[in-house]
Amino acid sequence: MLLREVAYARPRTLEAAVRLLGEHEDARALAGGQSLTNAMKQRVGSPAVLVDLAELAELRRIDRAADGSLELGAMATYAQIVLSPEVSSTHPILAEVAHQIADVQVRNRGTIGGNVCWNDPTNHFPPLLAALEARMTITGPNGEREVGYDEFFVGVFMTAAGPGELLTKITVPAPGACGSAFASVPIGKDGTCIVNAAACVDGGAPRIAIGCVAGVPERATGMEQALAGGDLSPERVREAARGLGQALDPPSDVHASAEYRRHLAEVLAVRATLQAAGRAA
Amino acid sequence: MEAGTNGAPTSSRVVHVEVNGERHEREVDARRLLVHFLRDELDLTGTHVGCDTGNCGACTVHLDGEAVKSCMLLAVQADGTTITTVEGLEEDGRLHPLQQAFSDHHALQCGYCTPGMLMSAKYLLDNNPEPTEAEIRKALQGNICRCTGYVNIIEAVAAAAKGEVSA
Repeated sequence: MLLREVAYARPRTLEAAVRLLGEHEDARALAGGQSLTNAMKQRVGSPAVLVDLAELAELRRIDRAADGSLELGAMATYAQIVLSPEVSSTHPILAEVAHQIADVQVRNRGTIGGNVCWNDPTNHFPPLLAALEARMTITGPNGEREVGYDEFFVGVFMTAAGPGELLTKITVPAPGACGSAFASVPIGKDGTCIVNAAACVDGGAPRIAIGCVAGVPERATGMEQALAGGDLSPERVREAARGLGQALDPPSDVHASAEYRRHLAEVLAVRATLQAAGRAA
Repeated sequence: MEAGTNGAPTSSRVVHVEVNGERHEREVDARRLLVHFLRDELDLTGTHVGCDTGNCGACTVHLDGEAVKSCMLLAVQADGTTITTVEGLEEDGRLHPLQQAFSDHHALQCGYCTPGMLMSAKYLLDNNPEPTEAEIRKALQGNICRCTGYVNIIEAVAAAAKGEVSA
């Protein structure tokens, strides 16, 4: 398909990328392009300028920081995350989830930064990064700022990274004794999620986040509080999840009714929490 | 090759690529998809356009050794890369073992998905020479065969991996 006319730049430095994004009205950062290209084909997005981040090697780094946290460059691809020793030694759940996104061709190009900046509510990483309490570093003309995941995800296709700004890094806190898990009901194997849930269990209270039910990942705070400071037996976890779905207001579409999504939210929250608890033990 | 520049955005760009061992230099519109560049500018029509939405995988090529969907990439993004298309598989007029295995196992019916299937299968065997059946299935997940000839395709890939192809 022929795309609308677009101007293209491939800056060599982060400073130049930020400057280009700020200088041009309707400029968009191009990461792996596995969502943006389709949006441009469908004319749902037609940026005037694409700023390709391909040359910015520093954005592809995956590092373990001195405090044990994991730092993921925004341009780290799913394939890179699947294979990274830093990921597997800190938060293997990130590799496990990256491995179930789409297919190998998409995983070779798609990036974690693109995944969260696109913030399609059915994406895998937003709920997982919510359960892991990740922080996002945004670089703009006035330097860097760091925001929590709860501030970063603003709404459907919207994040705290504004015009002229760039998500550069995602920091996932040190895992401690944390066990993590992800559960989903997708459309076909490794397809788009109908509902997904991520859980992270670290001693005290589990952290549980549900995806696909709102514009941003929803923390299951009621369930988390009900489970604080006790054992995570299947009976107790199931009991704590009761009513979780009714507190949500998910959309209905061709794949599932709102009522079915409420049901799945409870089922998947239980599944993810129990698996995470098993991994923490 | 230095493909980056801090200069202003442009609506076209001179692209340098090496495709199947041959170097090309062309000025390309920024909006042109890689698959159209390969087919229309370089006349490499073996790479097919199927769904044009990144689902079917018929347009799969290798970009710097990695399988990618060439309908999900602008040609300008490929500047400075080395590309292999299905035309690059045969050597000295002899079919690649995967191509021979596809023929042996009747792993194509209409043939539309075949170039993409071959490039995904090649990428698998380049990285995992002895795949299990489950690994073959996972590797071909991004490729759709609307004739639904998957069983024969999987058998062909397994046979090629074992070197069991006719001469």
